[in-house]
Amino acid sequence: MTTRRLFLKSSGLAIFGIGTAPMWLARAADGSSPRKKVLVAVFQRGAVDGLNVVVPFGEKNYYALRPTIAVPAPKASAESAIDLDGFFGLHPALAPLKPIYDANKLAIVHAVGSPDPTRSHFDAQDYMESGTPGRKSTAGGWLNRALPPATDVRTSPVRAVSLGPSLSKTLRGHNQAVAINNLNQFKVADSDGAAPFESMYSSTLDKMLSGTGQETFDAVKLMQSIQANPYTPAGGATYPGGRLGQSLMQIARLIKADVGLEVAFTDIGGWDTHVNEVGQTPGAGQLAYLLRNFGQALAAFHQDLGDRTEDVAVVTMSEFGRTARENGNRGTDHGHANVMFAFGGAIRGGKVYGEWPGLAPEQLYQNRDLSLTTDFRDVLAELVAKHLGNGNLAGVFPEYTPPKFRGLIGA
Amino acid sequence: MLCLGARSPKLSRDEQVLHALNRLTFGPRPGDVEAVRKIGVKKWIDLQLHPERIAKNPELAQRLAPLESLRLSQADTVRTYPNPQMIRAIAAGRQPMPEDPVTRAAVERAIQRFKVKKDATDNRALEPVVPLDQLLTREQIRTLRTGSVEQKRAVIAAIPERQMDNVAIALPPGLRMQLLPAVEPALRRKLMLLTAPQQLVAFDLSEGKLYRAILSNRQLEEQLVDFWYNHFNVFLDKGADRYLVPTYEREAIRPHVLGKFRDLLEATAQSPAMLFFLDNWESVGPDTSPRRGNAQRPARGLNENYARELMELHTLGVDGGYTQEDVTEVARCFTGWTIRPPRQGGDFFYNDRMHDKGKKTVLGVKIPAGGGRDDAEKVLDILSRHPATARFISKKLAQRFVADDPPPKLIDKMAKTFRDKDGDIREVMKTMLTSDEFFSQASYRAKVKTPFEMIVSAVRATGAQVDFAFPLARQIADLGQPLYRKLEPTGYSDANSEWINSAALLARMNFALSLAQNKIPGSRVDTSRFGGNLADVARQLLFTNAQPETLAAIERQPRQTPGSANAPVVGLLLGSPDFQRR
Repeated sequence: MTTRRLFLKSSGLAIFGIGTAPMWLARAADGSSPRKKVLVAVFQRGAVDGLNVVVPFGEKNYYALRPTIAVPAPKASAESAIDLDGFFGLHPALAPLKPIYDANKLAIVHAVGSPDPTRSHFDAQDYMESGTPGRKSTAGGWLNRALPPATDVRTSPVRAVSLGPSLSKTLRGHNQAVAINNLNQFKVADSDGAAPFESMYSSTLDKMLSGTGQETFDAVKLMQSIQANPYTPAGGATYPGGRLGQSLMQIARLIKADVGLEVAFTDIGGWDTHVNEVGQTPGAGQLAYLLRNFGQALAAFHQDLGDRTEDVAVVTMSEFGRTARENGNRGTDHGHANVMFAFGGAIRGGKVYGEWPGLAPEQLYQNRDLSLTTDFRDVLAELVAKHLGNGNLAGVFPEYTPPKFRGLIGA
Repeated sequence: MLCLGARSPKLSRDEQVLHALNRLTFGPRPGDVEAVRKIGVKKWIDLQLHPERIAKNPELAQRLAPLESLRLSQADTVRTYPNPQMIRAIAAGRQPMPEDPVTRAAVERAIQRFKVKKDATDNRALEPVVPLDQLLTREQIRTLRTGSVEQKRAVIAAIPERQMDNVAIALPPGLRMQLLPAVEPALRRKLMLLTAPQQLVAFDLSEGKLYRAILSNRQLEEQLVDFWYNHFNVFLDKGADRYLVPTYEREAIRPHVLGKFRDLLEATAQSPAMLFFLDNWESVGPDTSPRRGNAQRPARGLNENYARELMELHTLGVDGGYTQEDVTEVARCFTGWTIRPPRQGGDFFYNDRMHDKGKKTVLGVKIPAGGGRDDAEKVLDILSRHPATARFISKKLAQRFVADDPPPKLIDKMAKTFRDKDGDIREVMKTMLTSDEFFSQASYRAKVKTPFEMIVSAVRATGAQVDFAFPLARQIADLGQPLYRKLEPTGYSDANSEWINSAALLARMNFALSLAQNKIPGSRVDTSRFGGNLADVARQLLFTNAQPETLAAIERQPRQTPGSANAPVVGLLLGSPDFQRR
């Protein structure tokens, strides 16, 4: 693997010439900067059905509430849950994640989510991205605020990257953040146009466009060096087709290039399974289809990172859960608490965290949904503090202090 | 927002003209500013509010003519552009083979592929009826693969008409797709039909939307079709919606964009596209009789999806004062609003056996037991006339046409008109477009163009000739706004922050350079039409003076080959910060 120092000497500075290299890059080239810690957030838009993702097969009520769409308790078939701890089981389509769990690297938190009661996708996503449930006026996102304070000369233009054609709310805010849809195409294709466009966007009095424009061209210069080397995932990792896999592969590429990435965001939609969530067998239907892709993508990312997983923590989330009862269409409607995954870094995996509230009628939230026992900010705050090393949690999650750490990472 | 120092809060006459054009149209074309100045801004706005008084553009009619699926009924769409289920039904003899020779060839080949997939031992290659090398010379085939657009056109023109269908059938799929920009619309459709019959509907929708935005003289009407489709968004790629969306836009949205909100709301509520997209067609009351002869099927029940989005997104807004209880009650009222199977036309119908007959309470209004289809009509009455709806719709219109954060006073005025005029959209639009807030310095150039607006406005400003619009749709998707493909029922955001980010800015710059250099297949810009010095060229494209910083950046660019100097300059101006605002 190319080290940071070697990479910068051989490609980065060679392209610009030392005189024109951005200040932070010239500084970084002295090799004194350590590898960065990276936090990767994955958003499952549409509200994934956590009760069928990490299945409480030890709870009889689960089967009573879901006569036709429950995932069967573990048995020797590919159509049943994969046992985790005698009570919870993984959906069979998530088999690629089981080895990571068994190696005590993948942690699961159940009955977790946003305390806000909204069942609107739009509002709930907004709250989870801003990190301030119930408050709509928050302009930026928690992951932007989670960036540790940076010393000016070393601020990389790609500290914060949102994969996809737009900059997600989670990463908007005071700190510089860029959206990258496709790493290889992140440039002005006609090289004669690059200089005048850069000049226009850095000198315009249109503040909104000049800010983004300057960030863009700083990032473009950095990407040139990465684009020069074709990428092959390590360790035989095979990313599945689709947006999530491609996004995670590009995040891995940025991480390994040591260009200063600290936080990344990507998302995958389609989880709003009101109808045909489960097909004729548990391994069929919409949810299984999406989970297969989801599990393969995360597992490939883990494989590809190899020993760099020490530096990288991944966390997944979705705006709310779904009704504990199935609806009339082999699906579920909008609910409340859900499930989150976290792996990498010093995360203590091999365990399902969180108090289980039960699924008896009197235990359900508003007599219909899984109750919430862990605030999603408790999970995120622990990663921000212990993995990224940013202890200013009141700044990251205003009006929510102090968060209750669940011990996902050792003290 | 632009910070150009202290300025008077009112717009100059020239600014008013440009502002009105920027907001009511998809960007000015050469000559538009002069035309509006001549009629007068107020009169021109009034004309745009009455599209039936504006003559149609004959070129638009000519471009739309080949896009047949936009005019077909739902049932005919499925028959003409068979999907995999239909092809299986034809293979099993449950449906007749199509009569049109090219459609028949498409279906036959799909059946063969289907059989090959199913039975691996029967893996005969798909031999065309007449092989390509018996129809064309090797030289001709080579030209079709690697020649210029003009050379390809010449080869196609030399093929006798009676042979053309055979050639189309014999071409390999990859080559067919490559030829699309080089051929006439009729042949283009045959090539697409042979390769992916189902995709033709999506193709027609994108092309139709682009041609209308580029060419229609009734620009405000097209802006509003875009606005209301987005407000009542339906995702094209959800199952049956691939066939239902053309009818939805044509019959539920387009006729009502300047009509009564209640009519528009009902048209969407009864549209098969919406009933399917938000699952209401499957929502069944709890104590209704089971389906006859289908004992194996599990009992179906209530589905809240449509009821929730109806209140949150279509009418009251998320803060409109409804509860989870109201969502469930509205869902109960809408049970029985369903659709017929696709092969029976897939039309809306009310099925009394699915309806929940109990009494309901919606936003405090009691709906007595024993009702039927009218329960949902009562809900539409309550919602369409609720004050929260008047405000929610007014604010959303103002965010699109005025500014991201429109003045509350303006929203008050619009909401009052909405209530006083029983949800007359034309009247609400008129209140907005004649207000001081609309013609204010705070609103002038305050909106960033969406990807769709950016690309269409570039085509219009350059007077580009578009013979094949589909490649432009691909560009719009690259900029982050795939047409008819917003998965969430929210539709696309109109906020500036949604569209300005690194990936999107680079994509805009790349598109601008490609368009000016005629690298977008199907679109041609004649950059020699722009004359004078750099500042003059900029004025011809921006319809106002460019920022000095923009001109300075282009001046510094070393001139390349003399003669072709205009194209890069035009590209740089279209990709400039100045062109990203409207």
